[in-house]
Amino acid sequence: MRPIIETNQLTKKFNGLIAVDKLDITVEPGENFGLLGPNGAGKTTTINMLCTILKPTSGTAKVNGYDVVKEANKVRKSIGLVFQDPSIDDRLTGRENLYMHANLYGVPASEQKERIENILKLVELEDRANDLMRTYSSGMRRRLELGRGLIHYPKVLFLDEPTVGLDPQTRAHMWKYIEELKEAHDITVVLTTHYMEEAERLCNRIAIMDYGKIIALDKPSKLKETLEGDVILVKANNLEELAKLLTAEFGFKKIRIVDDTVEITVKQGKSLLPRIVEATATQNIFVESILLREPNLEDVFLHYTGRGIRADSGKERYGLGAMKRRRIK
Amino acid sequence: MTELKGLYTLWLREVKRYLRNRTRILSSFMQPFLWLVIFGVGIGSSLRGALPTPELTYQELIFPGILGQTLLFTSMFMGISVIWDKEFGFMKEILVSPLSRFTIFMGKMLGDSTDSLIQGLIVIALGLVLGINITPIAVLLCLPVMLLTTFGLVSIGLIIASFMDNLESFGAIQSFINLPLFFLSGALFQLQSLPTWLQDISKLNPLTYGVDALRHVILGATWQPLQVQPLLIDIAIVCIFDLFMIIAGTWAFHRMK
Ligand SMILES: Nc1ncnc2c1ncn2[C@@H]1O[C@H](COP(=O)(O)OP(=O)(O)OP(=O)(O)O)[C@@H](O)[C@H]1O
Ligand SMILES: [Mg+2]
Repeated sequence: MRPIIETNQLTKKFNGLIAVDKLDITVEPGENFGLLGPNGAGKTTTINMLCTILKPTSGTAKVNGYDVVKEANKVRKSIGLVFQDPSIDDRLTGRENLYMHANLYGVPASEQKERIENILKLVELEDRANDLMRTYSSGMRRRLELGRGLIHYPKVLFLDEPTVGLDPQTRAHMWKYIEELKEAHDITVVLTTHYMEEAERLCNRIAIMDYGKIIALDKPSKLKETLEGDVILVKANNLEELAKLLTAEFGFKKIRIVDDTVEITVKQGKSLLPRIVEATATQNIFVESILLREPNLEDVFLHYTGRGIRADSGKERYGLGAMKRRRIK
Repeated sequence: MTELKGLYTLWLREVKRYLRNRTRILSSFMQPFLWLVIFGVGIGSSLRGALPTPELTYQELIFPGILGQTLLFTSMFMGISVIWDKEFGFMKEILVSPLSRFTIFMGKMLGDSTDSLIQGLIVIALGLVLGINITPIAVLLCLPVMLLTTFGLVSIGLIIASFMDNLESFGAIQSFINLPLFFLSGALFQLQSLPTWLQDISKLNPLTYGVDALRHVILGATWQPLQVQPLLIDIAIVCIFDLFMIIAGTWAFHRMK
């Protein structure tokens, strides 16, 4: 099958800063493709180039078979997009925003009403739909924006951190709806997120991105397998001493201190737990708690980047920082 | 069909946003009122006897000019909607839509022109209240003339705004353009009283023909001896200017990212 998205050495530079660095990705039709990475990794820049908002500095990309520079108009007819930054008209009501989107994006008039009322129900804004959007809370705005992205059924739907700032319940609703929509209308989804849970739940394949490059790309389960084993988390009064001691005692290679915890990745975690406690007891280190868990994507992320992924707080979206970032050049 | 629907949607949005902004509508009375009453009456009485035609008061002479000025200032100001949309992110929503750049530009342009037209109508109403003689036919004829004049002017504002990314620089450029266009349009005097070199410059100003056309329509036969061009030529020049600005605007929106 012909890939629905294909990039070839796709690169974007901002005055010398390389935001996206020679990206080669291929997305198959019907796939859910995830882009995961820390702030500034280049996820949004990548999406913006695929959506014709930004012109690549070099390299090419095709979406639905069309070149994003030479056939931008055809690309735009194939895509839908939920932006990371706010993009509503806050002087209009929620319902007006939805109708406007439906009209701009060519939703047939006969289907508009039904789809819009459905979406309003989904994002639980029926009772606020006729209020000006400037009176909404930021979570409500986000819900409406996300809903808005789902009222036309494009070939490729880009979701740039779709559920930032939403409460867990709404988030779960949205995931379910996105999955249903995808099934029913044969939509390919490209998603960026900081939520590991979201990536694991929604994506068939995940690309981990850092400094504009893809450093790992596979199914979530495969990515986790590369971690070979379990994660042991130890909280103690003296983390540095503890890490030093454990390294000396057991020869751990993957050991790091994250916040107030020592994290160790090992093949066989279970049998190690009592031995770790034993070893510390003789050394005057007081272990507060010790925990064993299956690896998750966050660990994968740590493994590849050497850094934790920081979940973006929803607050910045409407502040001054967001204002600066959301300008289109 | 999709394009037409999109055009209508964009037009409607501009008009709705404008009509919901009461302060802006109310404040639009102020400037023309000051010009007509204080400037019009003040200069008028000191010019007594020195006017080009005895049938016209100075206030009557400048009324079409002030109408033109309102169209100019409002239209240029409308470009701000582009900056606003960039600032609040809504521009992305429009630019990623499947609509052609031409449709997007026209939607905004027609919407903003409608808003300017409403401002113009407010000034006409003000003129009537001040006792300026405007026949009902003249009011009707003013509509297409105002609209044609405003298309090109709104386009200038939109084009400039499409290159800018903040309000401050837009404001600066705007005031740089507004006043020369206004003073060199013959809005406050008849062009014949200017030295030839100034007349020549004024004849390059598109607003000159808009104002001249408005004078034809409002002042009727009284204006003919003083005209810059016959009415139809005025209109033709304004239309050609509009056409050029629409082409330039489509191009400007095309390169806007
Ligand atoms: N318009 C711009 N001008 C200059 N630099 C930019 C611009 N947009 C993005 N950048 C830079 O490009 C890099 C990648 O930014 P991008 O927005 O793609 O990151 P991201 O992965 O989406 O991050 P986040 O998780 O914070 O959304 C950053 O270093 C950013 O500062
Ligand atoms: Mg981003």
